[in-house]
Amino acid sequence: MPPAVKLPARAHLAALAGAGVGALSRVTGRGGGSVVGGHVILALEPKALARFSAGRRVVLVSGTNGKTTTTKLLARALSSAGREEVITNATGANLSTGLAATLASGRPGATAVLEVDEAWLGLVAGEVEPAAIVLLNLSRDQLDRNNEVRQVAERWRRACGALRPGSVVVANADDPLVVWAAAVAADVRWVGAGLTWTSDACGCPRCGGEVHFGGGPQPASKEQARRRAAPGGWRCASCGFARPDPVIWLADDDLTGRDRDAGHVDQVNLDRIDLPGANLPGANLPDTNLPGANLPDADIRELGAAWAGHAGYAVEASGVVHEVALRLPGRCNQANAVVVLAAATSLGYGASGVLSAMAEVEEVAGRYATVRSGGTTARLLLAKNPAGWAEVFTMLTPPPGPVVVAINARTADGQDPSWLWDVPFERLRGRPVVATGERYLDLAVRLHYAEVEHACDPGLLSAIAASGPGRADVVANYTAFHQVLAATRSTGDDRARRGPREAGPREAGPREAGPREAGPREVADREADRGGAGKGGLL
Amino acid sequence: MTTVSVALIYPDLLGTYGDGGNAMVLAQRLRWRRYEAEVVTVTAGQAVPDSCDLYVVGGGEDLPQALAAARLLESKALHRAVASGAAVLAVCAGLQILGEAFAGAGGEAIEGLGLLPCVTRISARPRAIGEILVRPAGRWSGLGLLTGFENHGALTTLLPGAAAAGHVLAGVGNEDGTGEGVVSGRIWGTYLHGPVLARNPRLADLLLSWVVGDLAPLDDAEPSALHDERTENGPGERRRAGGVLGAPALSWAKGHLGKLASQKFAKQPEVRQTESG
Ligand SMILES: [Zn+2]
Repeated sequence: MPPAVKLPARAHLAALAGAGVGALSRVTGRGGGSVVGGHVILALEPKALARFSAGRRVVLVSGTNGKTTTTKLLARALSSAGREEVITNATGANLSTGLAATLASGRPGATAVLEVDEAWLGLVAGEVEPAAIVLLNLSRDQLDRNNEVRQVAERWRRACGALRPGSVVVANADDPLVVWAAAVAADVRWVGAGLTWTSDACGCPRCGGEVHFGGGPQPASKEQARRRAAPGGWRCASCGFARPDPVIWLADDDLTGRDRDAGHVDQVNLDRIDLPGANLPGANLPDTNLPGANLPDADIRELGAAWAGHAGYAVEASGVVHEVALRLPGRCNQANAVVVLAAATSLGYGASGVLSAMAEVEEVAGRYATVRSGGTTARLLLAKNPAGWAEVFTMLTPPPGPVVVAINARTADGQDPSWLWDVPFERLRGRPVVATGERYLDLAVRLHYAEVEHACDPGLLSAIAASGPGRADVVANYTAFHQVLAATRSTGDDRARRGPREAGPREAGPREAGPREAGPREVADREADRGGAGKGGLL
Repeated sequence: MTTVSVALIYPDLLGTYGDGGNAMVLAQRLRWRRYEAEVVTVTAGQAVPDSCDLYVVGGGEDLPQALAAARLLESKALHRAVASGAAVLAVCAGLQILGEAFAGAGGEAIEGLGLLPCVTRISARPRAIGEILVRPAGRWSGLGLLTGFENHGALTTLLPGAAAAGHVLAGVGNEDGTGEGVVSGRIWGTYLHGPVLARNPRLADLLLSWVVGDLAPLDDAEPSALHDERTENGPGERRRAGGVLGAPALSWAKGHLGKLASQKFAKQPEVRQTESG
């Protein structure tokens, strides 16, 4: 038990007041708790982040994509492998107010694993003196608010340069912007986590020159991986700024490399709209009457297993290979797991305990959860930007599995949905597709020009039901995703929401902010915090 | 039949706002009318061809924008294409590059291509972000209203004798706050994202008609539905988000918003500025 940290009186009062308001806010259903509490804490104690992080080991996780999942994997790994209390902002409240509320919770001295918004990382890192910072990737997100990814990279760079001695940065060597930021830190562990989205990175962050991504995907087999250093890589043609050698990287387990190839998208491939006649609208539209309506729980459990990812490998430069087996689907989550492995081992945790703890995680704040509407059992996938969509398309049930796509354009989503045209929706040809969400018309036009046969239904629940009885994948952007969670809650069509393996009593896990992990209700309440749960006639 | 070629210029430098979508819209609208059409994607390392029929130059961040301008100024390929009658859609940073001068990352003036009669300077005003609605000027009035989303810090001033693309009903547009974009010959410069041709199919066909002449009608049910929905809801979203509405725009919006009761599309709930992840 680490020594208790004595809080100054004002900070202590602020923590008590914040906890009180947070609890009240949850009881009255007016907010997610942590954000409201955080406002009070920060009002009473502007230096709350510094005060409440004193005496804690704090790990910060940031990046455009994967930070919520990576934070959950890391929190679970540290609490399970280290048998200790870990506090974390599992609800994804990742600005200063949410972080203050999280840090004010839990036992003094408990390790904190915090997801931090990209734009706030510099400020937060300056206040909490992190033991480690995990930097995943940087690409376009919410254009109308966060319009210059290079500015964010510069802010990260200043934060990395200002870290106190002893802090370690765990950074993705495959993202030039991340490398530009992390390279100034005294202690960096480079991870070959891959980069599915290179079009935001092609101007060299050092000189503005062209960055060439060479070598293609990383090695396709474990044997290849053992024989050579992590291939792939990138280099600026003008100044020579290049990928540093990673100490650990992700490799697939078979020679097809199918997940990796499928996930490697630079831009919408405009050549692909040159269609063979078979793909024209109306041709070969599959039968939507799939079996499996009204599945019993056991079948849903099986369904969850079928939807899970296949194994990849974490390869250390020393030659050690670890199998990465996750219940979470997709190559991007395996990459996140390799980053977590690097971070946890750099903090002194054993690899095998970290890997087995990550293998237990099966849902992250509703992502990958199973919901129902009518006769449809749907798996929820979240995608917030072009890079995220490219990743999610690799996780879909193979054709002719139906896909419901839900698009909003609220503040939290970015109000300009132009990014829809950077997403390779052409890949949805050959499936039944339903366009929904508040901006279903923007999506419908995108699908129209992509020649993807589709139906439109602005109601989220009716759109899911319209995808036909049986299974469907629902891909939604941020606020649409939380509306789906809220809607399935309010109809009671949600008994499988938490996923088959977490349906029972919670296993011993990290103590989450607030003081328990956000259930679906709080996730939905958080949406209310963000601008109304939006039941306005659409659901 | 010869192939109509649509050049997408430097999507790796100027593709920040889904601008590839404009090229896709142009090519598809040709193909659906049984033209052969191809999108020629020109990345930063490649030579810009001077023989394409249409050029799409999109938006981007400061550094890549300056790099793109320097390359285009050096090769003069776009100048040659314009001289031989090619049509150009220049959006946001693309519009700025095609002018006489634009502002660099530090506010310094950078030489533009000189193909559009305008200059773009850094502005002390807050960044113009939000839905924008434009009534096209006289000879383009047949286009109906143009809807888009603007997002720019710098402001464009037209040089004497230059023609704006239209009159701003909601949003900011050019420096004077009443005009949007600039049109010169067969170059259509605009701040409208969306992408602009996805939201405004008639503008897409105008650009195409400059190259191939009269066009057969298409089934535009979905693009038209999007155009109408954005035309109706866009100004209200701009107002609720605290965006700029000029006096003429305000009076127009008041009159127009009164009709919302009969709208055929779901109205967006109030948007509040809140913390987000
Ligand atoms: Zn360079």
